[in-house]
Amino acid sequence: MRLLTHNMLSSNIKGVTNGFPLLIEVEKVIEKPVDFNPDFLKNMFVKVDWKALVDASRSLGYAELPEETPESSVIDSDDFLRKFHHALLELHLEEGALVCPETERKFPVSKGIPNMLLHEDEV
Amino acid sequence: MSSRPELKAPPEIFYDDVEARKYTSSSRIIEIQAKLSERALELLALPDDGVPRLLLDIGCGSGLSGETLSENGHQWIGLDISPSMLDIALEREAEGDLLLKDMGQGLGLRSGMIDGAISISAVQWLCNADKSSHEPRLRLKAFFGSLYRCLARGARAVFQVYPESLAQRELILSSAMRAGFAGGVVVDYPHSSKSRKEYLVLTCGPPSINTELPKAKLEDEESCSDDESSGDEENQTVCISDRHRPRKKQKTTKKGKVRDWVLKKKEQMRRKGNAVPLDTKYTARKRKARF
Ligand SMILES: C[S@@+](CC[C@H](N)C(=O)[O-])C[C@H]1O[C@@H](n2cnc3c(N)ncnc32)[C@H](O)[C@@H]1O
Repeated sequence: MRLLTHNMLSSNIKGVTNGFPLLIEVEKVIEKPVDFNPDFLKNMFVKVDWKALVDASRSLGYAELPEETPESSVIDSDDFLRKFHHALLELHLEEGALVCPETERKFPVSKGIPNMLLHEDEV
Repeated sequence: MSSRPELKAPPEIFYDDVEARKYTSSSRIIEIQAKLSERALELLALPDDGVPRLLLDIGCGSGLSGETLSENGHQWIGLDISPSMLDIALEREAEGDLLLKDMGQGLGLRSGMIDGAISISAVQWLCNADKSSHEPRLRLKAFFGSLYRCLARGARAVFQVYPESLAQRELILSSAMRAGFAGGVVVDYPHSSKSRKEYLVLTCGPPSINTELPKAKLEDEESCSDDESSGDEENQTVCISDRHRPRKKQKTTKKGKVRDWVLKKKEQMRRKGNAVPLDTKYTARKRKARF
């Protein structure tokens, strides 16, 4: 699972009011190269929750993104876009877990696939 | 569809390791699913600006439908309830992110983020009550409600479905409308029992020019051109996305993109030491209409 997906995903357990962002427990991180596409990144820049992305990328061991939400003008910087690209699309949580911020329920991640199935009493 | 898989067992049981492999090794199925996915993507009517979008593939299975999204340059998130199908998707190196998820439990995605969704041959599964706790109406409601929320305003969702009956189609459609979607059913090749295919085309947000239903394809398989360029096939489709530009242009750019993607994939496989057919002028040529 890439941080692009992490940035979209929230815990939808019954009764949870703010299931975003899921915390990350890391066992294994891998990197896979993806074609660089500035237009896609520009569209994504306005959508992502910046803090969630920065925190997630740090938990995967990548500390190159600025802590504060950057000004929208940074999207013209190639250096910035490359870092954003790497964090969003090339880092994968391969083994570990996603944790619901409210209930601490763990969703295990195995072979890169989060198991988001809810138990019957969580629906 | 004489023997409907939906009636045999719940999806996560029906699509076990054996069935998942069987499904994904059939060249007939691969070809059909690719065709259906191409048509669904066309019906999504994404802006024709060459920019990759963030799409969902609901009931993505072993990644056959997602492959069409990747071939067209898009980023996607796929979800499926069958671990065996997702395992095969990993084996096939699906480029989208995969989630083990039951769409009937709601999608749990942030609001307004997704540029479009497709679902190929999957949503009819929601109409069955596979557990005593399952109430199809509620599961459809959870599904469509969460889908509506996560789509960007004006975005579309296109589902190719095999409803079992009129009542089932009505149930799916009314659940979608109740969630706020506008749209309806597009039936391609309505007069052919073999080629007939149904697509639910839904638009998120208030009715607009975009909610007008695209036209169905009408010709039967028999009259489809069988030659390689298959220009006729393209001409049968009049869809909203086509209206503003010459058809020629779309075709060439799309074809070039797909070929580049296939060549890249083949190169990757070669580097891994796999036996891969040589690249020829036939590589990534357009598939014939075979339904
Ligand atoms: C016929 S396969 C199609 C797979 C893929 N879209 C394709 O075109 O090859 C139907 C898929 O729907 C999935 N499915 C059925 N019910 C589901 C549910 N409630 N949530 C998620 N996926 C489901 C099945 O596991 C199966 O992989």
